Amino acid sequence: MSKTTPHSIGARVLHALALAAFVAFALFPLFWLLKVSLTPDDLMYGEGVRLWPSRVTLDHYGSVLRHSQFPLFFRNSLIVSAATGLLATAAASAAGYAFSRFRFRGKAWVVGVMLVSQMFPLVIIVAPIFRLLAPLGLTNSLTGLVVVYTAFNTPFAAFLMQSFFEAIPKDLEEAAMMDGATRFQALRRVILPLTLPGLAATGGFVFTAAWSELLFSLMLNSSAAVSTFPAGLLGFVSKFSVDFGQMMAAGVLALLPVGAFFLVIQRYLVQGLTAGAVKG
Amino acid sequence: MATITLSNVSKDYGGGPVLRGMDLEIREGEFVALMGPSGCGKSTLLRLIAGLEEPSGGEIRIDGRRVNEVAPKDRDLAMVFQSYALYPHMTVRENMSFALKQRRLPPAEIKAAVEAAASKLGLTGLLERKPKALSGGQRQRVAMGRAIVRNPKAFLFDEPLSNLDARLREQMRYEIRKLHRELGATSVYVTHDQVEAMTMADRIVALNDGAIQQVGSPQDLYDNPANLFVAGFLGSPPMNFLDATLAPEGALVVEGQTLAHVSPPAGLAAGTTLTLGLRPERLALTDPTEGTAVRVDVVETTGTGRVVHLALGPQRLKLFTMDPRPLAPGDVVGLVAPPGAPLLFDPVSGARLS
Repeated sequence: MSKTTPHSIGARVLHALALAAFVAFALFPLFWLLKVSLTPDDLMYGEGVRLWPSRVTLDHYGSVLRHSQFPLFFRNSLIVSAATGLLATAAASAAGYAFSRFRFRGKAWVVGVMLVSQMFPLVIIVAPIFRLLAPLGLTNSLTGLVVVYTAFNTPFAAFLMQSFFEAIPKDLEEAAMMDGATRFQALRRVILPLTLPGLAATGGFVFTAAWSELLFSLMLNSSAAVSTFPAGLLGFVSKFSVDFGQMMAAGVLALLPVGAFFLVIQRYLVQGLTAGAVKG
Repeated sequence: MATITLSNVSKDYGGGPVLRGMDLEIREGEFVALMGPSGCGKSTLLRLIAGLEEPSGGEIRIDGRRVNEVAPKDRDLAMVFQSYALYPHMTVRENMSFALKQRRLPPAEIKAAVEAAASKLGLTGLLERKPKALSGGQRQRVAMGRAIVRNPKAFLFDEPLSNLDARLREQMRYEIRKLHRELGATSVYVTHDQVEAMTMADRIVALNDGAIQQVGSPQDLYDNPANLFVAGFLGSPPMNFLDATLAPEGALVVEGQTLAHVSPPAGLAAGTTLTLGLRPERLALTDPTEGTAVRVDVVETTGTGRVVHLALGPQRLKLFTMDPRPLAPGDVVGLVAPPGAPLLFDPVSGARLS
């Protein structure tokens, strides 16, 4: 790697170009989101293809925050995502610990069923889930969403937590047990503090997944009072026009919490995804 | 301090037995080494005593009390792990206090106990450090400190020195031994290193293939191995094994040459083929006219002496000598096996014959 032959310089330039192209491709829609959210209505179509409008405005943000129901959707999303993050992470930690540490009958089956549950396109099961939740009073309710999101996010989160637990040597909890701790005390005093980054990463992952979920939010809830923001975004589409400016401004606002969250946890997330692989 | 008694203890994970019906009594204050190659079941045996695994059969008693169903935390045994298993998020002091806090001892008492143990192990200046800021040798000491601070019934060591370099290993061997003498606590020490077992243990339990091969003092196992496994495991360079035939009047013939004489064991007829065991350091060199003529193959200098690889027909053997005579590959020299040196084994079962 340290040798700088013409060949390797060429290869590195190509490598950098490929990366730059990928990043540009991936981030351009986000840039467009920001650009449109700042474009005044009168320039929306006139300067539609310009990379940056000749005038920018924060009017769209103002009207989204003051005159739309977006703050309500935002609050609903926050409640649903936070609750889902907490519940799914708690369940996933327990399951991940069991997968990592215990041998029990039917373990392979449980893991298999959890994997299979990840394979269905969710569209297929929206209708049956609606039929199940309706008599329970869980449609048009934030609780219903929390239940569904927790159920669908726990399997992957459990595998993620398992890989974090695998990275912690069994010797540590055995040492704690020799030192007079029960298994649960060993978990609480030795393993849990070491898994905090893993818990944060898993929690963040689930939070983000719930935050941006549209399908169930749209199908299970019809009342605006319990809409989450992805469903709420559709409210900017009316029969006759689409208010792109406000819709994009709302999108940028919705991006902020997850963006900040991901910035904090991304290091741990990558660590967790590779921990199991490296250990073999 | 405690006695540990195993009666017919077995362990099976479902893929065939790992331990087959073991009986062993570890006496109060004794230092016992469980020695054998990897996969012999020695670590499993230690984990059964610790309570980290449950036996599939048999009974384990500590001080006469059956502990098969007793949780590790209630056995009052301390264990030193091969990986040290220090709690990475705690300082040395917190690592060493863990067990005492678990028992809810008063803080002043914990502080005194930790500091006494730390000074005994030379850790006083390191108490506020985290494990990652320690060297391998220091980590090893903290693992020891975590064990002795509790004053447990017995110490269990699972290959505690195998992650250290040779020099440090030798020093820790000495320190563990000295610590044992001071504390007088029953100790069970798992190792695959015959030098550790020989130098540290009061008694060695030689294990192979999930079964006890022999139990005895290091010297006893060295001088009187019960079978080929024990004979070959102890000693460096290892014992020579030669295919030999028993001739009349106890002569042992290897490749047509008489190599040694024994008083023939009862029940062995002349003409029987057997395995002849000879320790390299029990053999001596002489002129080719006086001893059995063998050819020098390779000469290795160790400092204290030389290890000479010899060829006797197609068979090879080693000899350790401090004899200063000049030796070069290809030389023919005489080999003498003094009376008492030859050990005879059944070539099929491996059992000792003499």
